[in-house]
Amino acid sequence: MVAPSMAVIPLESAVWAALHDVHDPEIPTISVVDLGVIRGVSAEQGRIRVELLPTFIGCPAITVMQDAITERLRGFADEVSVDISFAEPWTSERITADGRAALRAAGFAPPSQDVVVECPYCGSRDTRIENVFGPTLCRAIYYCPDCRQPFEQFKEV
Amino acid sequence: MTTEMTPVRRATRQLIQPDLPEFDSSGLDPALRTAIADLLLTMADDEFVVGFRDSEWTGIAPMLEEDVAFSSLAQDEIGHARLLYELRSALTGEDPDRLAFHRQPSEYRHARLLDQPRQGWAFTIARRWLYDTADSIRLAGLAASSFAPLADVVAKIRREERYHLMHLNAWLERLGTHHGKPRGKVLSALKALNPIASSVFAPIANEEMLVDAGVLSAPMSVLAARWRSEANARLCALNLRPISDAPPAADGRDHAVPDESFVWLWNEFTSVARLEEGVEW
Repeated sequence: MVAPSMAVIPLESAVWAALHDVHDPEIPTISVVDLGVIRGVSAEQGRIRVELLPTFIGCPAITVMQDAITERLRGFADEVSVDISFAEPWTSERITADGRAALRAAGFAPPSQDVVVECPYCGSRDTRIENVFGPTLCRAIYYCPDCRQPFEQFKEV
Repeated sequence: MTTEMTPVRRATRQLIQPDLPEFDSSGLDPALRTAIADLLLTMADDEFVVGFRDSEWTGIAPMLEEDVAFSSLAQDEIGHARLLYELRSALTGEDPDRLAFHRQPSEYRHARLLDQPRQGWAFTIARRWLYDTADSIRLAGLAASSFAPLADVVAKIRREERYHLMHLNAWLERLGTHHGKPRGKVLSALKALNPIASSVFAPIANEEMLVDAGVLSAPMSVLAARWRSEANARLCALNLRPISDAPPAADGRDHAVPDESFVWLWNEFTSVARLEEGVEW
């Protein structure tokens, strides 16, 4: 059996696959694809364009992600651009099921419209919010009295 | 100072120089384009100044949680300001950095409400609550803007501002219903701020043109009345002093003679940019 070469995989699919290797610099267990910040990819005639939706406007990780994506896609095309888009707002519903699992595994409660936020460590639903503002713009601080563990939630936006 | 930019330096630099999506504004009537640019400057300056006021609490807020909260608020607001300066620059061809850091104090267009020094915690909460409630009404008036790049950005900003308002509402209630000193301080802050509270809705140039073109849903005076009625319902529920009915003063964004407290803040936030012309940091 012959392994498929890059040439037979449509370029856009290859780009999407490669983007799974680029992670959120502030939560390195989740990829930019699972975080839902990639709005679209277009690839044609030596030019790749990736559209990126910021989670928060003032997020300093945006430029880090742009650089990391450009670096990862180097070699896929002569020209790679990663453009910021506000054509639709990033919302927490854009995080994939895999992304939510990755957040939990890293000790973050995924965003939830439910008023109850489940402890990512012990699953307790008896948690309380300590601060709606946390160490980064997208994170809030909670406490779980059951396992006596502070934890963070990726904010619902 | 150096011609080669490290990634960190470049990232910092890009905090005030993002890549705004490109859009074609060539079809815009020049007068309307100027009116939109003026509106954007008032909004950007508001967010910029309130953001720097917030950042004054970093490290000295009454509790650690508020150090974190006000630092986050500051980061959000400076982020919004950056985007709005960038949006204006896309219409006017200006350099957003120059808009932010290289104007004279008299050239800023922020609401006079934000001129006041931060003073104590209760004053900060009262002023910020007044600003946030007013800003949310203004943003609602732009949500369906016919100028699509602004409507897009406003949709995103509103999702973030929801958290700010939640936080400020909680603090206003906490201080305002705590009899004794905290309530007294909130009451005197609201009294002192009353004459300039509505300055966020000070009339701006060519408002009618903006409304006719569907950029803004209603004139500032109409938005001001909407804000007053919502804000007063909340203030009355907490048995706090309502905002007076006087329409926003025409000079609510005029800084021909800059307030000395704003000049102090301006000196702070431009200090690095003024070190050396064209410096990268």
